[in-house]
Amino acid sequence: MSTISVTVNGRTYQSDVEPRTLLVHYLREQLNLTGTHIGCDTSQCGACVVHINGQSVKSCTVLAVQADGAEITTIEGLAQNGQLHPLQEGFWEKHGLQCGYCTPGMIMSAYDLLQQNPNPTEDEIRHGLEGNLCRCTGYQNIVKAVQYAADKMNGSGNSPGE
Amino acid sequence: MIPGEFQYFAPTTVDEAVSLLQQHGEDAKLLGGGHSLLPAMKLRLTTPAVLIDVTKISDIKGVSVNGSVTVGGGATYHAVASNDAVRSACGVLADCVAQIGDTQVRNRGTIGGSLAHADPAADLPAVALALGATITAQGPGGARTINADDMFVEMLTTALEPNEIITSVSFPRLGAGAGAAYEKMRQPASRYAIVGVAAYVKLGSDGNVAEARVAVTGAGPKATRQDATEAAITGTNGDDAAIAAATDKAGEDMDYLGDIHASEEYRRAMVKVYTKRALAKAIAQARG
Ligand SMILES: Cc1cc2nc3c(=O)[nH]c(=O)nc-3n(C[C@H](O)[C@H](O)[C@H](O)COP(=O)(O)OP(=O)(O)OC[C@H]3O[C@@H](n4cnc5c(N)ncnc54)[C@H](O)[C@@H]3O)c2cc1C
Ligand code: FES
Ligand code: FES
Repeated sequence: MSTISVTVNGRTYQSDVEPRTLLVHYLREQLNLTGTHIGCDTSQCGACVVHINGQSVKSCTVLAVQADGAEITTIEGLAQNGQLHPLQEGFWEKHGLQCGYCTPGMIMSAYDLLQQNPNPTEDEIRHGLEGNLCRCTGYQNIVKAVQYAADKMNGSGNSPGE
Repeated sequence: MIPGEFQYFAPTTVDEAVSLLQQHGEDAKLLGGGHSLLPAMKLRLTTPAVLIDVTKISDIKGVSVNGSVTVGGGATYHAVASNDAVRSACGVLADCVAQIGDTQVRNRGTIGGSLAHADPAADLPAVALALGATITAQGPGGARTINADDMFVEMLTTALEPNEIITSVSFPRLGAGAGAAYEKMRQPASRYAIVGVAAYVKLGSDGNVAEARVAVTGAGPKATRQDATEAAITGTNGDDAAIAAATDKAGEDMDYLGDIHASEEYRRAMVKVYTKRALAKAIAQARG
């Protein structure tokens, strides 16, 4: 066992983990943060995307011990004071999901994209979400949801940062 | 899927990592971005007893541009692709790593990990060969440099010793009269190269091609220089006819791999198509 200290969605945890524990299993099974999904489990689909120190990563392909000392944000950390994040609102308003399985990862990747590029074109959104697969929507409404969020975040003067 | 059990170390200096490698010998593996190693461990294709994480060694994560472009072995693709100084000094390097996988892969995957892994479909080996990159590796006996030409031995096998760490990789700055390009046909799901071609040219004072290096990845078991193409374009004025003649010689003398994505025959044809594109782009860039 190794002991790690991580801050997840603003709260600090000290946990004992086996070195081979994947970050996604740690989040889901030890911290009960089941918003982060496991889709392919082979680093392809992006259902497991979370942020480590502000960068989006596939948490099925990171060891929990590697995140020792890091700040992690999961889908559960986006809404503030009961208020959906503009991306969450966009997926709701624009029907950016059907079964919803890909949605947490899709939103976390889109969040990284908007941090780097607050005003992406449709092409840039599609390119920015290349690491996320959706088997339901055909992506059209996902693009619209991200555009909605970008507009809202720019319009309201909120920076897309943390 | 969960990897087999292992002991985990996170050294913060290269010396510490080297001595851990020495201590644990064949049982140990270095862990970089983990984006080739961890998927393989999850499938139990490999079950190292000890993992030595090199990503906490801050000395090998830097990216600096002086007379040349020096990238730490532990620098991520993202760190390289998003570095403006790299982009202006050696645009092809930034272009190449920006095409690897997807955002999340680029946030984790490292320069050293890519070269050490030597995946037949990896992008960076082709650019390292075409640019004549130099790899610095540190082992128990100190540091040594490995020319990219000597690095890739066979599929997934490099000239690195098991107890060596890639600490940095040095790429040339592309000055006036030089040009380089990387053109790739990507596998649509993973974005690995089905065929990738990197070309570098340097023009002489007469405007003719004085020096050329062309390397192919994705098509065969390892990234390979294209000597006949290089010889054919060198000394020419680099016009369309010269490019076509040089391209004709590409991929003639190398081993191929076929898989569900593309047959050997198709890859052989695509090597020519992508060689032509890469050469044309490199020459246009060299002319400024
Ligand atoms: C979904 C997906 C898509 C991908 N698409 C592409 C693509 O389009 N193009 C492409 O080129 N690659 C692609 N990759 C592979 C990716 O680039 C890997 O990051 C890379 O192959 C390995 O680098 P790493 O830092 O992740 O190394 P790891 O996986 O940590 O290690 C790989 C090997 O290198 C060794 N190693 C690591 N660091 C060092 C070091 N500093 N010195 C010596 N040895 C070291 C390890 O011991 C191990 O043997 C993809 C991967 C995934 C999961
Ligand atoms: S579950 Fe991690 S990428 Fe699919
Ligand atoms: S909504 Fe079902 S996978 Fe995307």
